[in-house]
Amino acid sequence: MRILTYKLLLFVKLIGREFKAQKLRMGLTILAITWGTISITLLMAFSVGLDQQFSKARKGLGEGIVIVWGGQTSLPYQGLPQGRRISFRTESGVVDLIKSRVVGIDMVAGEFLRWGQTLEYDRKQINKLLCGAYPEYEIMRSHYAQAGGRFINQKDMDSKRRVVYLGTAVAEELFDDGVNPVGEIIKINSIPFTVIGVMIEKLQDSNYHGPDEDYVVIPASTFLLIYGDPFFDNLVYKVKKGIDSKVVEKDLFRVLGGKYRFDPADESALWIWDTVEDEKISSKVFLGITIFMWFIGGMTLLIAGIGVANIMYVAVRERTKEIGTKIALGAERKHIILQFMTEALSIALVGGIVGIAFSAAICALFRMLPMEGALEFMGQPTVNWLVAGTTVFTLTFIGLFAGLFPARKAASINPVEALRYE
Amino acid sequence: MNNGTLASLSGITKVYRTGKVEVRALRGIDFEIKRGEFIAVIGPSGSGKSTLMNIIGCLDTPTSGNYVLDGQPVADMGIHELAAIRNKKIGFIFQNFNLLAYATAYENVELPLIFAGTSGPVRKEKVMHSLSIVGLADRADHKPTELSGGEMQRVAIARALANDPEVILADEPTGNLDTGSGREILSIFEKLNSMGRSVVTITHDMTIASRCHRIVRIRDGLIESTTENGEKVSSAGN
Repeated sequence: MRILTYKLLLFVKLIGREFKAQKLRMGLTILAITWGTISITLLMAFSVGLDQQFSKARKGLGEGIVIVWGGQTSLPYQGLPQGRRISFRTESGVVDLIKSRVVGIDMVAGEFLRWGQTLEYDRKQINKLLCGAYPEYEIMRSHYAQAGGRFINQKDMDSKRRVVYLGTAVAEELFDDGVNPVGEIIKINSIPFTVIGVMIEKLQDSNYHGPDEDYVVIPASTFLLIYGDPFFDNLVYKVKKGIDSKVVEKDLFRVLGGKYRFDPADESALWIWDTVEDEKISSKVFLGITIFMWFIGGMTLLIAGIGVANIMYVAVRERTKEIGTKIALGAERKHIILQFMTEALSIALVGGIVGIAFSAAICALFRMLPMEGALEFMGQPTVNWLVAGTTVFTLTFIGLFAGLFPARKAASINPVEALRYE
Repeated sequence: MNNGTLASLSGITKVYRTGKVEVRALRGIDFEIKRGEFIAVIGPSGSGKSTLMNIIGCLDTPTSGNYVLDGQPVADMGIHELAAIRNKKIGFIFQNFNLLAYATAYENVELPLIFAGTSGPVRKEKVMHSLSIVGLADRADHKPTELSGGEMQRVAIARALANDPEVILADEPTGNLDTGSGREILSIFEKLNSMGRSVVTITHDMTIASRCHRIVRIRDGLIESTTENGEKVSSAGN
């Protein structure tokens, strides 16, 4: 054991000496591996950030929701002609009907909208979309309030309170910096409303009446009291977890077909926006992107590996004469092979570790940048340690492999020829 | 040390094949090295001197013929034994020194000791001993680039001596040196020889050859003639 340790030490000494001699080449090789590691690790890190942000943005509109508009029939049904408009009358009990009769419904609510309503606060006047909503809207459409505020609740509904919940952009436009909107009174079409909450900042990649940050939401009951809209503009429902939204949609056509007397197979009777289905598609797209990233990562890894292999090959050729001399001095095969293998291994390890450290640093720096515009979608690039570890392991393996062949070749070289080699 | 035969070669041939061309470098050499002998091998270039040296040094194997080194047939040896022989019984010296450019004189001399697995204190002692034999103990820390040609060759000799080999094999050791440095090398060889070590050197320098016990003249892969202490004892065709 002692002898083994001792021989190992001797070996380390020998290699250390050779490292010193090959500073430039070693440096370049390490750089190649560092570069490869950085490319892959960062690629995957940003892919993680992007994925997180995309799924967040998808959830901005709401999770697992379907939006329904009344359409126009395209098929004659039970003696009724085609071309009839389908509208959801407010007093028709359509919401309760859906809730009680359609399978797989978690929540459902109607929505009222009015464009170009005048908002006033402290001599400031802006025009915005006004939305009359039910409390379920909060969860369905991710309308969460910032700390200190809240969304519309059942009590607001019951008492037809004049309270308003503002989108982030609306609050910013209407109120000066430093003013807490919650508790302030604003006027909507000259009617005073108390602000009860401001939406949290959220990432949203899709909408049907403009982004939620531009929304002004009041209780549906208050909305009806003031405007008296006879129809819901649209309905929103949330599908229970684990239930196929397509099945629910079919059942909705059956139930509403019975109520409004249209053929359940008449697809244009209702306009449906199924975000669940969209999400499935975009997940697939993102999976595609992830696979693509892995593919590029793999290619980068391969190129880095080829670089290492090439450098190791050159290293062996360059030192043919030295190998010949060493054999003449009594070096054994193992001495020669181990020398190159250790070299390859050390280079790969050092390069890999430096690469990971660098990537982590870049990610950390990136996270410090203000996230605006397109950058917002980059999210928080995170070094995936598994990916980083795998990369270093693979590069080390390639390095070893790349070192092994020329090293074996070098060790079995004819010393006479090696010595003659210039 | 007994005065018997250290190495004996008989009927050694070596044929190289490069593509379709066959080069018969050695065509049947009978050669013997006695312990403590100082031999010069001379002959025109391409005559097979270096090939013979490589075979004696166990760097190359003969195509046919027998080679017995220190009582052991070399043909029977495995790669480990051959490496051990090169490491311990033979000290090689090259025309262009073949020192590791990045290592100091000390480190260069240390190399065969590392391959032999010699322990630290002993190694240091042996390195310094070898360097002092060639008179370079004070230049142990110098790199080859900081040494003159003669000094580089002396480091190479120290390296060859490190494991206390039975025989020093030198392939034109003074070929790249000026006359003065060449003389120094010669006197070191004589010193080593006087200490009982066998020395075989290839040379073109007749001054060196004339100082050897035996001059072996090689031509076209055969020993043309052998001269011992100035007297021709044999020649081809006799």
